[in-house]
Amino acid sequence: MSAAPQKARAGAERIDVTVSAVVPVNDLVTRFEFTRADGRPFPPFSPGAHTVVEMQDGGRTRLNPYSLMSDPSDPTTYAISVRRDDAGRGGSLFMHRNVKPGDAMTLSYPVNLFPLDRRARKHVFIAGGIGITPFLAMIAHLEHLGGAWELHYASRNRALGSYVEDLTAKYPHKVHAIFDEDGEAIALEDLLDGQPLGTHVYVCGPAGMIKWVHDTATAHGWPAENVHSEEFLAPQPGKPFEVRLCKSDIVIQVGENESLLEAMERCGVDAPFLCRGGACGQCETEVVEADGTFDHRDHWLEEDDHASGKKIMPCVSRFIGETLVLDR
Amino acid sequence: MTIQFNDETFRDDYSFRNSDRAIKRFPFPFHEDSYMYSVNMEQHRGGPSGSVYEKRFDVDEHYLSEMRDRAIVLAEDPLRCQSLPHMTLAGWDTLELIMVSKSEDYPDLFELHRDGSRWRWVNKPMGIDHTFTFLDETTLPCGPLEYITRQAQGDYAVLDQRGDMLYMDAGMVTTQADWSLDFDIGMDFFEWHAPVPLAHEMGIFKRALKFLLNVQQGAPARRLNWTMTVNPLLDTSPENYHKWGIQKTTLTPENIGAKQHLRVELQTFYRLPRSNALLFPIRCYLIAFQDIVSVPKWGRRLHRVVRDLPDELATYKGFIANRPMMLDYLSQYDDGLPTSPGVWPDLETEPPLQR
Ligand code: HEM
Ligand code: FES
Repeated sequence: MSAAPQKARAGAERIDVTVSAVVPVNDLVTRFEFTRADGRPFPPFSPGAHTVVEMQDGGRTRLNPYSLMSDPSDPTTYAISVRRDDAGRGGSLFMHRNVKPGDAMTLSYPVNLFPLDRRARKHVFIAGGIGITPFLAMIAHLEHLGGAWELHYASRNRALGSYVEDLTAKYPHKVHAIFDEDGEAIALEDLLDGQPLGTHVYVCGPAGMIKWVHDTATAHGWPAENVHSEEFLAPQPGKPFEVRLCKSDIVIQVGENESLLEAMERCGVDAPFLCRGGACGQCETEVVEADGTFDHRDHWLEEDDHASGKKIMPCVSRFIGETLVLDR
Repeated sequence: MTIQFNDETFRDDYSFRNSDRAIKRFPFPFHEDSYMYSVNMEQHRGGPSGSVYEKRFDVDEHYLSEMRDRAIVLAEDPLRCQSLPHMTLAGWDTLELIMVSKSEDYPDLFELHRDGSRWRWVNKPMGIDHTFTFLDETTLPCGPLEYITRQAQGDYAVLDQRGDMLYMDAGMVTTQADWSLDFDIGMDFFEWHAPVPLAHEMGIFKRALKFLLNVQQGAPARRLNWTMTVNPLLDTSPENYHKWGIQKTTLTPENIGAKQHLRVELQTFYRLPRSNALLFPIRCYLIAFQDIVSVPKWGRRLHRVVRDLPDELATYKGFIANRPMMLDYLSQYDDGLPTSPGVWPDLETEPPLQR
């Protein structure tokens, strides 16, 4: 049809914001609160959604996804909590060191890859560490709308358990805090067994925890569609490599500390993306030619796609070898 | 611009008419002289001034009459509007989206005043001035989806998104091209598309689904679909096939220009913010053949498209039996001249009929 095609930039729509508060939560985690620069209300969002935060770090633009943790019914504020990752690629360090109240920043519109299943009779949340953030929004939402839930929240110790005090004070019967250093563990089998029919389980935390919950639930006869998880993969550093982009007709170098997607963006290629974490599928790119091995790190492609060597997810995956030509 | 609303019917005496303005802004669906299914989605962010693509929810001269027709259908068959229990929040999302869009896009016709969760909605054409509490169903006369879609042209399917699949879990469907919400309720994307020929084999639905799963908040999309309808009927439902199916046999070479209508659906896709559901408004536009051929480019092109359409599509769309008569009529308006690319009428630049 093409009534009036307009080319938008890749990624979700953006919102200009002002940092309204920077609140240390504990030694590792800081909360950042934002208001809209134009004074209008934020768009409502569904709990489980994330936003991609655009950071202007010197000459370089960093784009990191963080779960929205604020109350979805509060249109005045969006909030995220960022765990400092000293060994990471620098996004969280930038947030911790450089971002001050009053700063102008840009957020993407909310994108939800971890929604509640609204048919559920009850929602059971299992959080590990900073994985608590999407559940804060889910809990606020269910408290407003009325919905059964419980939370099992594992953190290293009480001091590093972000928001654990607030949660246990507010919902003493629904929140179960578990501290690894006290030798405690989530009694997963018991808690899975005791649930009413129609319960859905949601897990957000380290990869090992997610796998453990999925495996245990499957072993206990839970239907796969009742178990939900979200894991943001931060792109991992790796050896530099060279890529030819045939539509753009350029050869680019992917540095050790940037993703293939970031390298394309740095070279002015407007490549599609949403989550930047290997989960949404938006950045899927056809491989035209490859001589080497892929380092697939996404959750999107099927195993046979990985094996075929015909597709790559540039937001997280890398390549080791001589020649890589992509259809981009 | 204020809209002059028609007083017309889509049944019995079929007094439905398009004004000159409505003809010129008709969403003609063919951008070239042939047609085949494709993944024809584009962004829905406005369009040329006055076109049906300009506003988020187009309101036109048929508004009041279409709403009256919807009320008649619902009175006879309440199952045309359904919402599974988990879809109530998506209904509120739909209400919010339509009220906000219409009040911003047509401030002279609609007003929305929000004071926290206390909302006042003014629909001037329909004479409604109603204060209610957002998210409190007891303050509305019916569910939020039904409430707002009784005041908005077009059908609405509301899709729940779970595990990379869309499910038709709610909707308001009274102006459909021969499909039934009551039959499709709860089905997934591939199940409700099962009757469509060729498109599955072409991989169209797989790609379309991937696209839809990634439609994001703040970035709606749209596409066009089309079929043929004898008499300007909005409600061509399977439930009422016994009433409208036989009307296809009443077509004659004398009445075809007035009776045969091209039916175009402007389909849009919105991610709903609070529920994460997908809203799929399907807005139906009807135009009589005699009005289409008043635009020389459209007359030439429609003849070629109908002539060359694969039999499978003409069968599925329900006009294979009448195709020869349609071609006899349309060929009078095809002088063989080339047509300009794109969907627009191009009245100033395209030559008049050469015969
Ligand atoms: C979630 C959004 C959508 C809904 C609810 C929907 C619903 C439907 C329904 C109910 C039908 C009639 C099937 C029957 O005969 O019973 C249909 C037909 C069809 N749909 Fe969709 N659809 C959606 C999105 C799409 C998209 C994105 C495409 C893109 C290619 C598409 C392509 C088609 C085609 C080609 C037909 C056949 C139409 C004809 O030839 O008249 N649909 N759709
Ligand atoms: S951007 Fe989401 S998978 Fe790559």
